[in-house]
Amino acid sequence: MLLKFNQRGNTLVVALEGELDHHSSESARVKIDNKIDETGAINLVFDFSGVNFMDSSGIGVVIGRYRKVADFGGKVGIINLRPNIKRVFELGGLLKIIKEYNTLDEAVMNW
Amino acid sequence: MFENEMKVEFPSKSQNESFARIVVAAFASQLDPTLEELSDVKTAVSEAVTNAIIHGYENGSGIVTIKCKISDRTLTVEVLDNGKGIENIDLARQPLYTSKPELERSGMGFTVMETFMDSLIVESEIGKGTRILMTKEFKLI
Repeated sequence: MLLKFNQRGNTLVVALEGELDHHSSESARVKIDNKIDETGAINLVFDFSGVNFMDSSGIGVVIGRYRKVADFGGKVGIINLRPNIKRVFELGGLLKIIKEYNTLDEAVMNW
Repeated sequence: MFENEMKVEFPSKSQNESFARIVVAAFASQLDPTLEELSDVKTAVSEAVTNAIIHGYENGSGIVTIKCKISDRTLTVEVLDNGKGIENIDLARQPLYTSKPELERSGMGFTVMETFMDSLIVESEIGKGTRILMTKEFKLI
């Protein structure tokens, strides 16, 4: 899994590319946590446009990062979910806690 | 009745999770599945194999076996491990339950399998291993 990071103000945008499963989630969570610490970002946006497969391991990755930034009052948003991936998130009730936005602008402007 | 079957075995390494789901999806492709059906099967297989690796073998060495069978338009997927087994299957199948909270697992594995497949049977014996049996009927378009 490839991760691309971009910063917009105090929001860190994490663009994920590839398949998010138990195997790839182990390194993804370490890289994202390191980047949060390195940039001092408060909020997080996960861009899922490049993710073509995800199982329930992905729920753990997003919830874990949510816990990390929420401790400091940060917000987390998700953009560009494909239907098959959205179904996994909905099953976990995740979208009740973490909001899905249509665009990055919409996410950042709502904060 | 049309019938076909396959069996694949691999070591319990997390690198093989993607291999496992792609092999099963490739086998199921003879049923002309929709993208959604194929995605459902891949996700369910990924959950079952991940369970075998993390919980059955606790990230240690072991062999994961997948047996697939097609009968007409129904795919049966069996995922077997010879690991430690599940102590309380009813509890393990509860949404959000995880026996390893320290691993940031969501506890949604069995719920995903149940939702994305038509049926799910879990059999397990302590010290012997676990057998997961799932079926899915592919609609004729």
